[in-house]
Order: sequence, then C-alpha cells, then structure tokens
Amino acid sequence: MKLSRRSLIGLAVVGGLLSSTVLASAETIKIGTIATLEGAFAVLGKEGMRGVDMALKKWGNKAGGKDLVIIRSSSDTSPDSAIRAVKKLVEQDGVDIVVGPLSGSEGLAIKEYAKTKPGVTFINGLSAAQDTTLRDPAPNFFRFTGDGAQWMAGLGEYVYKVKGYRNIVTIGEDYSFPYTMALGFLNDFCNLGGKVANRFWVPIGNKDYSTIVASIPDDIDAIWVGLGGADAVNFLSQYEQAGGDKPLIGGTITVDQSVLGSKGRRKSYVVGTPSAGPIADSWDNPVWQAWKADYKAQFPDGFPTPSLFAHGYFISMSAALTALDKVKGDLSDGHAKYRAALTNLVLDTPTGKVSLDENRQGITDIFLTEVTEAKDGTLYNKVIKIIPQVNQVMNGDRAKFLALGRVGRNVPACK
Amino acid sequence: MKLFLITTLNGLTLAALYFLVASGFSLVFGLMRNVNMAHGSLYLLGAYIGYQFQEATGSWVAAIAGGFLSMALLGLLLQHYLFRFLEGQELRQTLVTIGISIIAADLMLAYWGGTTYQFEIPDALYGALRGIPVIKVYPIYRLFILVAAITVGIALWLFLNRTRIGMMIRAGVDDRDMLSATGVNVHLIFALTFALGAGLAGLAGVVGGSALSIAPGEDLRYLLASLVVVIVGGMGSVAGSAVGAILIGLTEQYGLAYSPTYGVVYTFVIMVAVLAVRPQGIMGRSA
Amino acid sequence: MKRTDLISPAVIITALLLAAFPLLANAFWLVQIGAQTFIYGIIALGLILLAGYGGMVSLAQMSVAGLAGYSMAIFGLNSAGLGLGWPLPVVIITAIILATIFGTLIGVLSVRTEGIYTIMITLAVATGFFYFTRQNYAIFNGFTGFAGIKAPVIGGYDLRNPVWFYYLCLIFAAFSYLAITHLVRSTFGVALQGVRDNARRMEALGFHVKAHRITAYAIASVLAAIGGILTVWMNDRIDPSSIGVGPAIDILIIAVIGGLGHPVGAFIGALIFTLVDNFAIDLIDRERFNTVIGAVFLFIVLFSPDGVIGWWRRLFKPGSSSARASSQ
Repeated sequence: MKLSRRSLIGLAVVGGLLSSTVLASAETIKIGTIATLEGAFAVLGKEGMRGVDMALKKWGNKAGGKDLVIIRSSSDTSPDSAIRAVKKLVEQDGVDIVVGPLSGSEGLAIKEYAKTKPGVTFINGLSAAQDTTLRDPAPNFFRFTGDGAQWMAGLGEYVYKVKGYRNIVTIGEDYSFPYTMALGFLNDFCNLGGKVANRFWVPIGNKDYSTIVASIPDDIDAIWVGLGGADAVNFLSQYEQAGGDKPLIGGTITVDQSVLGSKGRRKSYVVGTPSAGPIADSWDNPVWQAWKADYKAQFPDGFPTPSLFAHGYFISMSAALTALDKVKGDLSDGHAKYRAALTNLVLDTPTGKVSLDENRQGITDIFLTEVTEAKDGTLYNKVIKIIPQVNQVMNGDRAKFLALGRVGRNVPACK
Repeated sequence: MKLFLITTLNGLTLAALYFLVASGFSLVFGLMRNVNMAHGSLYLLGAYIGYQFQEATGSWVAAIAGGFLSMALLGLLLQHYLFRFLEGQELRQTLVTIGISIIAADLMLAYWGGTTYQFEIPDALYGALRGIPVIKVYPIYRLFILVAAITVGIALWLFLNRTRIGMMIRAGVDDRDMLSATGVNVHLIFALTFALGAGLAGLAGVVGGSALSIAPGEDLRYLLASLVVVIVGGMGSVAGSAVGAILIGLTEQYGLAYSPTYGVVYTFVIMVAVLAVRPQGIMGRSA
Repeated sequence: MKRTDLISPAVIITALLLAAFPLLANAFWLVQIGAQTFIYGIIALGLILLAGYGGMVSLAQMSVAGLAGYSMAIFGLNSAGLGLGWPLPVVIITAIILATIFGTLIGVLSVRTEGIYTIMITLAVATGFFYFTRQNYAIFNGFTGFAGIKAPVIGGYDLRNPVWFYYLCLIFAAFSYLAITHLVRSTFGVALQGVRDNARRMEALGFHVKAHRITAYAIASVLAAIGGILTVWMNDRIDPSSIGVGPAIDILIIAVIGGLGHPVGAFIGALIFTLVDNFAIDLIDRERFNTVIGAVFLFIVLFSPDGVIGWWRRLFKPGSSSARASSQ
C-alpha cells in the first residue's frame, strides 16, 4: 500500500517534469521579465510591468515576425530572489531574452549570472547600480537606462552656479543606490569647488531622523537629500517640525510625484527644491505627453502620471523588441546578429534618444527640475533644463572618473 | 553640548514610544507566558485602522481611540477564540502568533499597499517649540509622546496596584495556579489583559505613526524593539519595560549621533550583555 | 536505527528515485528544486534536533549558516577581489569551525534563560547579526555582500555542473539525516529528550542539563554550516538579505510544516516549501505567497502539531503514536 502510493508520487513528479518543459517552437520568441511583484515594493514592480505591457501593446505581441511568449517572474529586491527568478526563467522556462530587474543589487547579481549563460541575452529593467556595466561588464548584458549617478547629471553644476551653494551636507540611506546618486551629484559639485561638510548615511529602515536633523551644522547652504518615498516624507516632515530652514536638493526619487502627492499635511517647504532624473512629469514635449496619455488610457487604475519604473521598463522592452524587428527575429549563432543590433541601436524614446556605449550602457537625456507650486496649489516638478546625452562617466574623462573608485560612503573624496 | 542634549531628549522620546509598545507585550507575557510575536502586527494594524478613523472623521483623537479600541477588541477575540485553547502550551502559542504575524503582514500589504501614511496631527501639537535654553527649538509632538507615555505608565501602575482587577492580574503574574485556586474567573482576567496589551499596541501605532509614519515593515521593527526592551528590562514588569525602553531608546539615538554606522547594532549588544550578566532582565525576578 | 528500517522497500525506492533523478530532470529541477531542498533540509534538520528533541526553538540557524557562507567568501575567493584566497580545504574547515563556535555561543547565551525565551533571544541575535553584516564593509562588504564564490572542482568533478552539485547535496543530506536519526536514539539523544520533557528531573538524576542543550546547539550549528557552504556554492553569492529575518523564519516554517517529531520532517518540509516558493507564481498570485505559506503554517501548528509526517503516520500507520510533537 505504502509502496504503491510512493510510486504514484514518483510518477506524478516525473509527469510534472515532462509537462513543464514546454517546447519552444521556431515561430515564437520567449522573453522573461523580472520585476519586484512581492513585498513592500510590489507597487513599483507592478508599475514596471505596466511599461512592459505598453511596449507589448505597441508591438501587438509580435516582433521580427514572430509571436512573443512573455513569462513574468518576481523578486523582492534582494539579489537572492532575483537569482532564483532568473534561474527559473532561463533554466526551466528556457527564455531567449530576459528583461529585468528593478533594483541595483539585483542588477549586479544578474550581471554575474549572465556571464555563466552566454546563450541568453539580458536587458536591464531599471536597476541603476553603477558597476552593473561600468566595471567588469558581461558581454551579453545590455542597459538602455541610466545609472544612479547619470540621473544626477547637471544638478551639482546647477546648485553651484545658479543657486550659489558652496557648502552642503548629504543625507541618504546607507547602501549602494544613494551612494551612487551622491557620487553623480558630488562629482560635478566638488569639481567646481563645492564642499561637503558632512555625509549622513542612515541605516536602512530608520524612520527617526530627529538626531540626524540635530547634527546638521548651522553654517551650511543646503542639504542634499538622497532618501526616497517613505523616508523622504519622514525626513522632510521631521526636519520641518524641528524648525529646519535650510534649502533642500533632491535625489532622483526624493521629491517625485509620489512624495509630492502623498497624503498628509501640505509640503509647501519643498517648493524650490531642485532635483534631476530620467523623466520629468510636466515636460511639455508632445511625444512625452502622448506617451503619458497612452499610459493613462491603458492603465486608468495606474499612477496619476507614469513613474520612472514604467518608463524604464518600457524603454528596456522597446529596445528588446526594436532589435528583434531589425534582425527579423533571427536569434541564431548565439544571438550574434541580435546583439549587434542591440549594440548599434539608436532608440527613440518618449524622453529623447538612447544609444549604448562600449560597455553596453545607455547614453540618455537627463531632466533637471524644480518643485513648483501650480496655480491650483498642487506641487509639481517644473523642467528647468534638459542635459542632453549623458554618458556613464558624466561626459567627463573616463579614466579620471574610474579613478574616483567604486561607489561607497565616501566617494568621491571631495577634497 | 547642544547635540548631546537634543540627542538625549530624542532618546527619551523614542523610549516613550518603545514603552507604549513594549508594556503591553510584557504584560501579556508576564501573565500568560504567551510570547506574542504578532504584537508588532497589532501595532501596525492599529495604526492603519486609526488612520481610517481619521479619514472618516477628520479627528486625530478619533484615530487614537480607534487604534486602541479596535486592537483591544481584536485582542479579546484572539484570546477568546484561539489562545484560550492553547493555554499552557507556550511553544504552540508562540508558533501560532508567528503564523498570524506572517499572514497579517501580507494581508495588510494587500489592503493598504506599500505606500507610506502619515497622520495629520492637530495644529497645537505640530511644529517646533522655540525659545528653549541651549537647544533652542524642539518638535512639540515628541514632547507630547513623552507626556503620553508617562501618563499611560502612571495609569497602568494605578490600574495594576489600585484596582481589584489589576491586583488580580498582578497576582496572576506572580502565581497563576494560586489565582485560579482562589476561584477568580481566570479566563476573564486573561482576556482583559490580552485586550489591554493589544490595545496599547494599537494606541502606540497611532502615536508612533504620527511621530514618524506607517509603512510595511514597521510591524517587525516594533516587535523587535519590544523583544529587546523586555529582555533587557525584565518580563512582566511595567517598571522593567520603562527601564528597558529608556536604555534602548538612548542607545539608539546616541548611536545615530556619534557612531551612525553601528547605531542599530548597539541595542543588540546591550541585550546580549544583560543576558550574560542578569538573564532575567534588569528589573525581572528570577524564575 | 533498526536494521529493518534501513533496508525497507520504501527507503530503497526513495534512495533509488533520488539517485536516478538526474536522468529525468533538467538543471532547474536539479539545482533550484533538488539541491535547494537538500540544503534547506540540512539546515532545518538542526532546528528539528533543537526544537523537536531539545524543546529549544532557535531562529538563529540561518545566521550560523550565513556566517559559514560569509567565511567562504572572506577566506576564499570572491569577485569583489576582497577574499584572502586561502586553500579550499582550509577555508571549508575554517568556515565550519567559525560557524560552530558562533552557534554554540548563541546556545550558551540562550540556555541562560528558560524555555520560551529562546525564541526571542535567537530572533534578536539573528537580527543583530543581520544588521551588523549590512553595516560592516570592512569584513562583510555591507549591503552588497559578496558574489563570485564559485563551487570548486573536486577530484575531477566540477561541482558547478548541476548533476554533480545535486549529488553533492544529496550525499550531505543523506549523511546528515542518518547521523541525526542515529543520534536521537543514542544515549545523548534520549537524555536530550529527557531534558526537554522535564529538565528538573534530569538534573536530579545527575545529568548536566545545560551541557546537553549546548551540545545540541553545537551539532545543529555544524549542520547549519554545511548548509551555508552549499548555499553560497549554489547561489554563487551571499549578502545580508540571505540571512535576514525572512530566511530565519523560513527555516522554522520548513521544520514545522514537515514535522518536528522526526528528522525526515526537515526534508519533507523543505520540499514542500521549495515547490511552493518556485511555483506559487504559476498557480496563484505570487504576491500572496506569504498568506498561503502562513496559512499552511498556522493550520499545521493548530491542527497537526507534528506536521505533514504526522498526517502520514495517522493515515498509513494507524495505531502508531507520534506523540513527539512540539506541544509540551
């Protein structure tokens, strides 16, 4: 009795193995996506998937004359979960192309994994760690979006020259993404002669900024805040309640629409805060406005305006599909033609054109914005300036940029 | 000097918040030996429900009441329909609360999403108090938390020491068998204690959510804070919770001010040190 | 263990199926399901020894495993170029010794208080260690952790090959399983269960209660260390998120779902957990994975304290008691 039941289970397992190995026909191309669809950041992953869906709708689920099979997979922003997800896509589902992931440390992990799977092409979702492509890149990993440092392009110069700030402090969470943004910001700011009085790296998950606020010296001109979302809201309101009155400088996600539109007391004290990033919600360019309208039409229950996650995944997926069109779906010879097409791609996106550098890293336009109060009293980010075609070394000297060192708490030294 | 004073004040006000959360946890453990690993979930759920109360009524006081009462009710139900049947099975009770906390965290995420919520505190409590010697300005609301915690602490003390039910609870903490032998309705006492502990967690959720904010993950944060506070202070003692909270609150803030990198680790070091020297906690009685 | 148990048809068929599995399965099933199950099983096996037989629920198993994994990166080689590059056997031995010392110290600390405190203390220790690895760049490389910790080639077998890695994990799992099955029936194992059931009586009988408990922690730590080393070889990497509160609780879930009453529970729980973890996204909304796994956990704690193996026993071996449950 016991024995036969065990054999039955054995058979069931074997059956499961066979049935799960779906045979890929020559007329379809399998693309796997990875986004954060679980945990506290699930909202962002869903938003990323909206970008994927927009691209798929635009292409009608076909590229290069072949039908697309999309397999969605989820992580929770930890590298382990991203590796689990990508292994399932590649080793079990047998995808040809992977689009993802969303967060920086996941991207670094997947880059390392990509090196072990030369037969698969990896296109980054929105992860923005610098060394995913800058140092020791994988030959089959492509990133059409910027990294955290690129997103800060132009901000250091703007606050030095226009706002006249000379001496600042920085505040960010104690991990690589804020370090990367700080590097991008300080690179320009310090080259011009700006000084950093102190850098506060707050442990991840800390919600109580009161002691940090008390530690901010009085003789500074402004505070660069690299916190995002919930932390930004927390810091901003605690700073105001403690009687703080120094002007702020924002990281890419510090004063985005989710913070400006968040529930609670009005945030008039952030008016005038400059920041920089890959999108600018209020940009009056017709292509951007049309894309924004598409987003709203396709996702009435989405964000009030598309976030950088939808934007990033849309660009990444569009790049994957445009290149497929160019090679007519030909993935033969270890994706050789396809990768050449990706490498030479000049992609027209809702935010200007994107091309790749020698490390397969995107060169993109960056938007410099400032929080402004609209006539109806709502807050929005007004476009001050577009920094065209920013590359990974912030359009400076590559060797000098590399010499700054890997991102870290005290990079650049800013002496 | 200014930084030191502000940091000390920050530490004390944070301790006040920790005390509000941990006292309920400690009380429930002291009486029922129930290590309620879902205590953090009660904190977060109380905060969310309090937020809904404020949305509906526009009143922050309603949020406080809503957070306290809803969690007290939930505590009553949990004790009556679940933990009552697991009495004496400490490990199973604890495992059940772990299961509840996993599910609760996920369902709260499903319903309220990953967004951050902030309460609109009354204008009288918002902003900075100016003109204080040396430190010049300090947020009014944080001082309010200190006052609230002291008030709750005194109320708890009076309740436990001056009322009949309170004395029964204390008797139960000291010797459960004796309490039931005297013919007291132990189930009622247990249910009331659990309701009070859960209600305090819900109340702390609104108070803490107003000082900082509410978001997924806060459940775990305050569960850990409660664990460390009661391990350090001593289980089942209101005074122990206060001492533990002050120690942990100050450590965290001094850590942030003077050694931010390892600030979060120091509290655990203190816990290990206390365990090594005085396993029952600073104010705990040896078992 | 009785001789008949070892050569019973069920055991032989299970062994043959496991050995033949690589003939049927692709790389994903071998590593992501097969090897992962064995690894989770080995780590959870330590918890079953502690909790099921010793009555001490430790949430620090994953921290001990993590320290072993980190040691592999720190003393061996990693892609950040920060490893010391010691010879492999030395690295492995160092990793196991360090992790065992760490786990034993956690034991020393937590046996200072009685029973139910253990779960709180070990959770706090696990969290403290997690924070420390995330903040410390000098040793643990902070938030980023280490990548490029490659499984080695031993005796001509490249352990990065899914088949060989599967067999490696299978061998360690089988060895650990047999060792623990044997151990719990030894004098030490019986004494440990005596300590679990009535520490005072055992003390009166002249047993050193604390020594027994701490020894159990040491043995569980060795298992965790093996699991930790296999984990970094499987993932090529380790970072603080691998040892956070989530993974710590996962091990408890695995042990409880499988059943704390018998060593095999660790592997049954690990298999169920791994399958749900990997395929939940295909069956249900991945987002609600935690609700599903939490509900299963709660259901088992409430209605079948001896886990899935408890059901098995009740279904197929009516009359045989399985009282060795967690309820005390």
